Order: sequence, then structure tokens, then C-alpha cells
Amino acid sequence: MSDLKFPIYLDYSSTSPCDPRVAAKMAECLTLEANFGNPASRSHFFGWKAEEAVETARREVASLLNCDPREVVWTSGATESDNLAIKGVAHFHSKKGKHIITSMIEHKAVLDSCRQLEREGFELTYLEPSDTGVITADAVEKAIRPDTILVSLMHVNNEIGVINDIESIGKVTRENKVLFHVDAAQSTGKVVIDLETMQVDLMSLTAHKTYGPKGIGALFVRRKPRVRIVPQIHGGGHERGMRSGTLPTHQIVGMGEAFRLAHEEMEADNRRILSLRTRLLSGLEDMEEVYVNGALDARVAANLNISFNFVEGESLMMALRDLAVSSGSACTSASLEPSYVLRAIGRNDELAHSSLRITIGRFTTEEEIDYAVGKIREAVGKLRELSPLWDMYKDGVDLDQVQWAAH
Amino acid sequence: MAYSDKVLDHYENPRNVGKFDDSDQSVGTGMVGAPACGDVMRLQIKVSDAGIIEDAKFKTYGCGSAIASSSLLTEWVKGRSLDEAKEIKNADIAEELALPPVKIHCSVLAEDAIKAAIADIKAKREAS
Repeated sequence: MSDLKFPIYLDYSSTSPCDPRVAAKMAECLTLEANFGNPASRSHFFGWKAEEAVETARREVASLLNCDPREVVWTSGATESDNLAIKGVAHFHSKKGKHIITSMIEHKAVLDSCRQLEREGFELTYLEPSDTGVITADAVEKAIRPDTILVSLMHVNNEIGVINDIESIGKVTRENKVLFHVDAAQSTGKVVIDLETMQVDLMSLTAHKTYGPKGIGALFVRRKPRVRIVPQIHGGGHERGMRSGTLPTHQIVGMGEAFRLAHEEMEADNRRILSLRTRLLSGLEDMEEVYVNGALDARVAANLNISFNFVEGESLMMALRDLAVSSGSACTSASLEPSYVLRAIGRNDELAHSSLRITIGRFTTEEEIDYAVGKIREAVGKLRELSPLWDMYKDGVDLDQVQWAAH
Repeated sequence: MAYSDKVLDHYENPRNVGKFDDSDQSVGTGMVGAPACGDVMRLQIKVSDAGIIEDAKFKTYGCGSAIASSSLLTEWVKGRSLDEAKEIKNADIAEELALPPVKIHCSVLAEDAIKAAIADIKAKREAS
């Protein structure tokens, strides 16, 4: 009989559980009997042992990215890495220029760092994505000015899972002598990253979306050609002065093990996850008025972002209480603004409000997907019976022609 | 977000879902909200010659609180006169359903809906 456990977790792009193998390694770095030392303690065995564990983890991270371990700077996560990369470059190079290029669909950690720089007098260009959710190298090239110092773009979008062509964009930025920062929080373990061929200068990483722990991440800072940044956190001069603060050995060891596993198992994971996503989509796509948001062919296997027209996302999630998914509807926020990512790729407010983001991971099963399909179909059917918009659609009313009393 | 038991009850078992024929002279329709804002309510009342609301139906596109607010409203208006129904305040709905502050707009929308439905039936009567 069924061994489903509820609620079913289908929100892996929000965070993933630690792989048990990761948790086991981390537990070896906490207590007196274990590897608890301060990696910066140079005078005794405890420090040396901790340092060794930290450097092993650094090599694991570098190996997934195909870069030099000395290019990996530990941080608390992708948000800190984004802040350090963007503000760090801007503050170092402000005499050279004050123009930065990013996109409208970046993570808030990038957008809000950019907003802060605007307040400090920098000029920003926010590129508009194509309706498939992609930022092209061509669009980047057209936006570059003589005073441009930095381009910051994400590798994989967190909401729609669409992959940017980092290699092509990197060629453009390198030719134009502009630094290139990539937020790769959503791509490690999902897309091959090769920093030998990708001309990326800075890359933000996090552990907790790749089966590692929360609270640890890294920033790749290229050595050749050397990238200079101004540190944002000052203190003991750890991480070659770029990021002070005692290194959390257990977190770092967890990230190292998570990235080692990602390196080893990415291909098999992706194959299995893609077949689950295909199963999910084929279970839903024959319904009326269903739209996949963003390009399906340039997307990580784990992501399905899908809108069920005439059904509001939050009520849909309420009907799906035994599924943990997320929605582009923002009925809970004070602004009532639906997802800015879906709006930027040209989805109207209705479809943005009607969206679900379902993200699949290493521990998702076929049985869970089949259950989710059944539940979603049932909930959408029920809510459409309740929806005046569905009535109007069925009566042939063009909803765009209706005069709504906006509130 | 945690929903109150009453919101969950109305959401799971919405009362009086449906539609009356809008061309019926005894039916008043109030449609408020906008799809772009994430909620649209259609509230309909069937009113006797004496001005008593004999029946009510709704359909709502929106979050669980919006669905619950309109479902509750259809229960409350039945048997009331138009003047009595006009007195229903959003605060009463919000209190009954224990809506959190971010969901108060759902109850405001429900109040707007009954007011719009009453205005519609009054306009129909004056026109005939």
C-alpha cells in the first residue's frame, strides 16, 4: 500500500533537505571529541585539523566549478555573496565608471544591492528578458557603455528555472573589459558549470539548494585575470581579507560534501528528475487554459512553473495543503503585486496570480508526482467551479474587454 | 499562513455557490474586484417584491479568505431586507472569520459586493 508521507515536499528551489551523507559529515565537526577547532588557530592540532577539513571542502567546491580552490571565498550564502560581489566591485571600480547592468528578473539579493548602489550614485540598467525568460548576450552587448564596470546576471532563474547562456554573455563582457558576476544559487548540481570555459569573474554559490546546510555559501573570485573587490565585512582578515569572520567548519564541511555529491551524481539525478517532471507535466497539460511559464527547453529539469488560468494561486495552494509548493501570487503581501518575474516575461496579472512553482528534487518519487497530479487536477476543477472568471470564459466573454473596478 | 477554522470551513464547503439569471428583474448582481488584483467576487441576490432577500449566490476568484468572506455574506444576507443588508460592515465579516490584517481587503470586497448588488436591483426597479 501507499507509503506517501504528507505534506509532500515539492519546493526544492526554495531549499533542499540536507542529504543524510552531508548531515553525517557535519556531525563530525561539532563536539569536543570531534573536529570542533577554529580553522584560524595556527598554534595547535585542533586548528590544523579544522583547517584541513575546510581546505578539503574548498577543493570539492572548486572541483564542481572547475576552478582553483584559492578562488573560493566562504560566505554565509548567496545573498551575502551577491552583496559582496556587486558592492565590492562597484566600490573598488567607482573611479573607472558608475554604470552596472543587471536584469529585471534577478533575485532580490541582486536587485536590492543594485538599488542601494543607485542611492549611492551608481547608474543601473535593468535588462528586460525575452518572453521565454532569457537574457541574451546580444542584449547585454547593446547595453554596455564606456562607463560600464559590471554585468550581474543569474545562471538559472529561481522562479521559472530558465537557464541563461553564461558562456556567450561572458565572451561579450570579457571583450568589452567589463566584469561579469553570475548568481549561480539555483544552478549548482543542476547545470554543468565550467569556469575554465565560462568567462565569469565572480560567481555566487549557496549550499542549501544543493542538499547542503543553510547559512553557508561561497563567492568565486577569479585570480586570472585578477578581480579586485572591496570587502563588506571587516574583521580578522579571513579569506584573504575578502570576508572576515570565523569559518564555521561544520557548515563548510557540509557544503563541501554536498558539492562533492552533486559532482558525482548530477547526471543520474538530472535524468531521474527530468523523467519525473515530464510525468508531472504530461499529467497536467491536457487541461484547459494551462500555461507553462518560461522556456521549457532551456530550463533545469527540477522546475515546472505553470499557470492555471481563472484560478487564484493562493486558494489553489490552500486546496493543495498536503503539497508543499509555491505560488507567484502575492495575495499575502501588502502590495498585492504578483510575481515580478512572471510580469517581466510578459505574463498578465491573471496568469501571474494563477501560477504554481513546483520544484522536484533528489528525494521525490514517482508516487508523489502521481499524487500531486491528481490533487492539482481536482483542486483546479473545484476552484474553477467557484470562479466567476471561468464562467465568463465559458460564456465566451473576453475578459480583457471587461471594465474592472480595480481596488 | 494559518487560516482560521471558519475560513477553512467556508473554503472547504462554500455555501450558496452558483449563478442566477442576470436578466431576471428580481435579481441584483454585484461584481467587484479585478483579475489583476487577484480577486473578483460576483454576488447575486434574489429579492421579493417586499424588498426581502430570499436567496443569494456567489462565485469568487481569489484567495481562501475572499472565498470565505463571500460565502459567509450569502448566509448573512438571506432573509434580510435590502436596508438591513446594506448595514453589513466589512469589520463584522473580518471579525467572524478572524481575518488577519493582510486579509482585511477580502472583507472590504465582500461589503462592496453586497452594496453593488443592492444598487443593481434598485436601478433595475427604478428602470422598470
